[in-house]
Amino acid sequence: MPGYLLIESHDPFESMGAARTCELAVQLRAAGHDVALFLVQNGVLAVRGGARHVELDKVIGTKIEVLADDFSLRERGIPSAAVIGGVRVAPIDSVVERMAAGWNALWH
Amino acid sequence: MATKHTLTFVLMDAPFESARTTTAFRLLHAALDRGYDVNVFAYEGAVALAFAKQAQHPNAVHGRDVAQEDHPLSKNWIAALMAHARERGADLNWVNCGLCVDERGVGEAIEGVRRGSPADCWKMAQQSNATLVIPTK
Repeated sequence: MPGYLLIESHDPFESMGAARTCELAVQLRAAGHDVALFLVQNGVLAVRGGARHVELDKVIGTKIEVLADDFSLRERGIPSAAVIGGVRVAPIDSVVERMAAGWNALWH
Repeated sequence: MATKHTLTFVLMDAPFESARTTTAFRLLHAALDRGYDVNVFAYEGAVALAFAKQAQHPNAVHGRDVAQEDHPLSKNWIAALMAHARERGADLNWVNCGLCVDERGVGEAIEGVRRGSPADCWKMAQQSNATLVIPTK
């Protein structure tokens, strides 16, 4: 069964939609689906060490794969070493790979 | 022989406005780089991404002429993606929503971009491994 790739582009500190994306990820996992969360653009602001983001912590705690776009991190001056545990720095190829595998991709 | 993959991207943002356009073009490049066939259905403001009459401009505030400013144009990015597709043996099938084109008066698209309808979008999605819609909000 194809998985779900949720792509979050919004700053979680100014958009409640980012929290809803995290909730959706957790619910899809609870329903038995493969799920990955790809953070891009301002969506990566949640992965800085020291940033508070309860919803993302829940996603990480659910063992959902969380990826942060390397280009977006560089643009915002966030070094890989500053990214919180449970998040993997990844190229945007991660998105097209999963799409090619038939995953359902959802952008927010 | 490996199975050919086809991905569809549905774009909505007008040029020169959003980081989403940059991300979308990065996705297109990554897919083409892998030799995947790529469909793009551009609607609403995104039909202007391939508008042939886009022109660079000087930047008087910074004292730069047109050449010095070298302002990037989305039509050139699309042309570069089409060239990259040819290099990689992939197809980049770019369709602009005709109604959206007419509303905005941007009928002159660069070579390789064709006019279509939402029915093309549906066909693209039907024939693809996956479809990603990138809306304005």
